[in-house]
Amino acid sequence: MTKRIDVLKTYKIFIDGKFPRTESGRYYTLSNNGKGIANICLSSRKDVRNAVVASRKAFGSWSGRSAYNRAQVLYRIAEMIEGRRDQFVAEIISMGGSKNAAENEVNNSIDRLIYYAGWCDKINQVFGAVNPVASSHFNFSLLEPMGVVGIIAPADYSLLGIVSAMLPALAAGNPVVVLASEQKPLCSVTLAEVLATSDVPSGVVNILTGNTSELIPHLSAHMDVNAIFYCKNNPKEINQIQLAAVDNLKRIVLSKNSDWNNSAHETPYYISDFMETKTTWHPIEQIAGSGSGY
Amino acid sequence: MSKKIEELKFSGEWDLAPAPESTNHISVKKEYQLFIGGKFVKPKKGKYFSTINPATEKKLSSIAEASKEDVDRAVKAARKAHSGVWSSTSAKERGKYIYRIARLIQEKSREFAVIESLDGGKPIRESRDVDIPIAAAHFFYYAGWADKLNYAFPNQNPSSLGVAGQIIPWNFPLMMAAWKIAPALATGNTVVLKPAETTSLTALKLAEVIQEADLPPGVVNIITGAGATGSDIVNHKDIDKIAFTGSTGVGKIIMKSIAGTAKKSTMELGGKAANIVFEDAPLDQAVEGIINGIYFNQGHVCCAGSRLFVQESIYDTLLRKLKDRMQSLIVGNPLDKNTDIGAINSKEQLGVINKYLSLGKKEGADMFQPSCDIPSKGFWCAPTLFTNVSQSHAIAKEEIFGPVLAVQTFRTIDEVITKANNTPFGLSAGVWTDKGSKVFNLTSKMRAGVVWANTYNKFDPTSPFGGYKESGHGREGGLHGLAPYLKF
Amino acid sequence: MNLSFNTLDSPSVDKVGIEDRIARVKARSIKKEAKIKGLKLALNMIDLTTLEGIDTENKVKQMCYKARHLHDVYADLPSVAAVCVYPNFVKTAVNELKGSAVKVASVATAFPSGHSSLNIKLEDTKIAVDSGADEVDMVISRGRFHKGDYGYVFDEIAAVKAACGKARLKVILETGELGNYDKVRKASDIAIYAGADFIKTSTGKIQPAATLPVTLVMLEAIKDYYYKTGKMIGMKPAGGISNAKLALHYLIMVKETLGNKWLTNKWFRFGASSLANDLLMQLMKQKTGVYQSTDYFSKD
Repeated sequence: MTKRIDVLKTYKIFIDGKFPRTESGRYYTLSNNGKGIANICLSSRKDVRNAVVASRKAFGSWSGRSAYNRAQVLYRIAEMIEGRRDQFVAEIISMGGSKNAAENEVNNSIDRLIYYAGWCDKINQVFGAVNPVASSHFNFSLLEPMGVVGIIAPADYSLLGIVSAMLPALAAGNPVVVLASEQKPLCSVTLAEVLATSDVPSGVVNILTGNTSELIPHLSAHMDVNAIFYCKNNPKEINQIQLAAVDNLKRIVLSKNSDWNNSAHETPYYISDFMETKTTWHPIEQIAGSGSGY
Repeated sequence: MSKKIEELKFSGEWDLAPAPESTNHISVKKEYQLFIGGKFVKPKKGKYFSTINPATEKKLSSIAEASKEDVDRAVKAARKAHSGVWSSTSAKERGKYIYRIARLIQEKSREFAVIESLDGGKPIRESRDVDIPIAAAHFFYYAGWADKLNYAFPNQNPSSLGVAGQIIPWNFPLMMAAWKIAPALATGNTVVLKPAETTSLTALKLAEVIQEADLPPGVVNIITGAGATGSDIVNHKDIDKIAFTGSTGVGKIIMKSIAGTAKKSTMELGGKAANIVFEDAPLDQAVEGIINGIYFNQGHVCCAGSRLFVQESIYDTLLRKLKDRMQSLIVGNPLDKNTDIGAINSKEQLGVINKYLSLGKKEGADMFQPSCDIPSKGFWCAPTLFTNVSQSHAIAKEEIFGPVLAVQTFRTIDEVITKANNTPFGLSAGVWTDKGSKVFNLTSKMRAGVVWANTYNKFDPTSPFGGYKESGHGREGGLHGLAPYLKF
Repeated sequence: MNLSFNTLDSPSVDKVGIEDRIARVKARSIKKEAKIKGLKLALNMIDLTTLEGIDTENKVKQMCYKARHLHDVYADLPSVAAVCVYPNFVKTAVNELKGSAVKVASVATAFPSGHSSLNIKLEDTKIAVDSGADEVDMVISRGRFHKGDYGYVFDEIAAVKAACGKARLKVILETGELGNYDKVRKASDIAIYAGADFIKTSTGKIQPAATLPVTLVMLEAIKDYYYKTGKMIGMKPAGGISNAKLALHYLIMVKETLGNKWLTNKWFRFGASSLANDLLMQLMKQKTGVYQSTDYFSKD
């Protein structure tokens, strides 16, 4: 009897809810201990451009959804990852990791999703304010989503890295363009498959694989990107982003703690980092005042 | 005007055929036990009472009646669960249990909706589109708070109170259970909950969901019975907190019972809300808001907009629009998808409403009801409005808890603020005007816990709800709804 | 010029509130005999429409034949209310529909944009009327309306009405270009007071075309006018109503807003082309109990 031949998986990028190959047609080979695992798309600046266009298009609908609905959509991702747990664990192990660590990483990823899902409809209850101005006005401040957020995922984490990096911006109501970990990209592509079959609208999450140092200049200089979340530790890249971001005054957020299993990465301050504060003034007529039955 | 304009007619030409919601997918047991310590157990004294369908007066099921011993068992189970498991369960895992409950309610939403309408008489449109989704949303919202309490109350290091005794009314059975249980669990308390005796079924279905969600035994206990059972809960020594929703009369009895004890309380009591329409209001939407304010859930709503104040310049127009709209309301079978007004919850409540209808007429007000076909069996009341009403009429002062609207007029904003606040209640109010500055004037002057502007009877888990004055104390919903279940 | 229409006091409309009302309309469930009656009623209210650059006499003839023979295998079907064409096809349509109950409606006044001089618009109207149109569907000058030149809009409608003679005038507000419900209400009031027999939502050339909330705002304007004057005005939503379920919800809204008197094609119309076949398919489904395929219904 002939031995059955496995069907190998093609790993593609994720733009606007679809799975194209990179526009450039290039690839790199991911390997572990000298053994090739898969060929991964080497995305180009044009892929970055397309991803930003898709994100911008998705901004209105994602930011306009009720916070409750966004919470449910994020919660649904957690349910879907739970269903693909074995695949994620296997992928993490294949890229070099113990079974224990892999399981731990998947558990933490799911719980982190739940954590941030819960913030969607609470962030403004904690960070918003009614301001007691001295004049006859009702004055309140609310946090609103910022726009398209570019995310450079942590280099040495697979699932937990990308999930933790994209969640704060998503919970805030922003669409994201994620540059996946170059060293550990498998889970990012599988996560894209999860997102494509969950309730996340097209274009809200776009995931590019490839050489991050090649893509960072294009993403951080893009005039239609409003913020960058940088989750690596390369001072040269940080400096590059800081300079490129000046032209449209992109907000830059740097993650300060590189242990992504640490619960310090569960904080609403990451969410507020990707929101703008808007204050509204509205008159209160004072016709009645005294003499009324108040 | 030279010729008389013929009034419009809204029925008789093209009437809707019956569109009943199917009941073949629901499961209602013949007999329900008490849910104590994670199990369904028979009542110690073996007593049961019947729950009926108020639309047909037919019996639906037998419900266990909890005695003092049963209450004690439930409180003991709750105490054991609190000190044994629940207080040491991590906040995150606690949250995940609550999320499970939310999801299970969503999955079984249609079954819950049908049973709610069967048992309580409310239209399926409301149980399906309002009660059940809001109940699920409440669990979903509070699940998220479980591991975030330090952000809600910074520098307070909040911790749970212990065992909460919760007593809920018959107007929104599952929704009220959710309003009570969700924040209590999120804050780490365990609960003993008693639904109202006419509407126990969905609370008992919720007990099944809690079992299915695999909550540790005793974290939620649901026991059934009437006022005596409620009184046993209130007076139990090992309860840390009483959360009550119901009439102001019973609320006062409870407050007296717990006076001198360490028990904390939240009281969500009666109301007699003013719904105020100014001449610059979007009139057609105001009409819809008035309808929704008073005829939603047969008017069995503590925050119902039962006192309508109309500025005199638009009185005739508004009343004409309102009466026209009332003609198109459909009264009847709660399970029919087209029903707008279902059955009155109980014979007793129908008696109360009818007493006020005759009182209103006796006091000299003019009663209007659209003509509608009312079934022969069951408890029914057509949508009703009274005009020619003054502040001193009983129908303008007392909570009727039925589909009865008392209409008054006003001329100035000062006058209407005075009249609206001229009540011992203070749960809610409504204001209709196109002018934002007037809205905020009104919201700052109303002595009421919730003010709706250009809308009415909106509820959301993120939004605190509760009253001023004799409408109770404490808030449910939102961040504020966590505080009554925490010590700092 | 009638100055009062620059200061006409139309009531304001709250968007969120009206959408809440629409949600209740859409929750209505129309079953069994009520459904059959509703479907037939809707069929009888259709203005079967072709308003394309590529229209030809043959196309108009085919549509007129369809108007008279909706689905001959189904006995006792009502006909549609009217066909709606460009002025140069009115004669053809009148000829084809002779002896039937189906009326001929013509668009006019530089349809669809309305950008032309009043003289040309009146001439356009006269051509339609002289060719035998029973009804004229005009467009209002939306540019003037947005400039706040309500008097102009009013006078123009009044002038076209005068040119219509016996033909009934439908005034298209093109609500998709008006921006909000307050403007829809304002334009409705202007059209009604200027002499419209019908007010109509859309040309079908602009998205969004007819919607339930926009139609409800217009129905309320009609109702307020009725209670002020005792006069009935007709309503025609047009464009975007392509399935039976939606058409039935429109009828529910008419029934619950204006009542029984408007439930006839004298006072309510649908401007639509593909709606007819969906209504027919639903009627056949009610009759046979099985879901239908479009292959069995002629597309003209």
